[in-house]
Amino acid sequence: MDDKPDKMAIIVFSGTVDKLMAVSTLSTGAVAMGMEVNLFVTNWGLIAFRKGDYQQNMKISKDFEEFREPMMAAMQAKKVPSWFDTLTQAKELGELHVFACSQTMELLDIKQTDLEDIIDDTLGVAGFIDKSRDAKFTLFI
Amino acid sequence: MLDVKDVKVDKELDVRGSFCPGPLMELIRAVKMAPVGSVIAVLSSDPGSSKDIPLWIGKAKFEYLGAFPEEGYTRFVVRKTH
Repeated sequence: MDDKPDKMAIIVFSGTVDKLMAVSTLSTGAVAMGMEVNLFVTNWGLIAFRKGDYQQNMKISKDFEEFREPMMAAMQAKKVPSWFDTLTQAKELGELHVFACSQTMELLDIKQTDLEDIIDDTLGVAGFIDKSRDAKFTLFI
Repeated sequence: MLDVKDVKVDKELDVRGSFCPGPLMELIRAVKMAPVGSVIAVLSSDPGSSKDIPLWIGKAKFEYLGAFPEEGYTRFVVRKTH
């Protein structure tokens, strides 16, 4: 085995369920394949990480808004776990770190205690860039 | 030829109806909890599993005993070798 795992970095900018599902699914796959995953949660992404928010979040990307109802209905009918539950499982599975963007927190008066416990720490942009500088790939979602 | 009937399965997971990445997650969890040497089978209807599950088994360096297609799903069998 390699001594240091490969890294994946994701900047979680969006707060809509469709994109958050992409974040949680990709994170799970990466962790399962032995990668270390670092998420930087910023802007609308951070809104979606406020305590309990994921239970009510029914937002979906504006450009595919007409799919909101059928998508939500299908997810319910097929018992698809929420993006948040999938992400929580990914964290139990391996190396997944979630960082909240300090700028957004400052701007919207959000404290780390207002956020879900899955958030490990608060970071500035330079701190995150430093953590992900040796990432195999970085995604902006 | 290895036949699915010849393999003694210690634990079988039925995750049919669960979507990517559900089946792989369930398998990883079960393998983690199982004692070394045990054989685990997972029943998945997710088409992604036929690539994902063998890939993960290879990466985790366990023994892949094969994929056995059934009606509408596939049975994947792995031995936890370490």
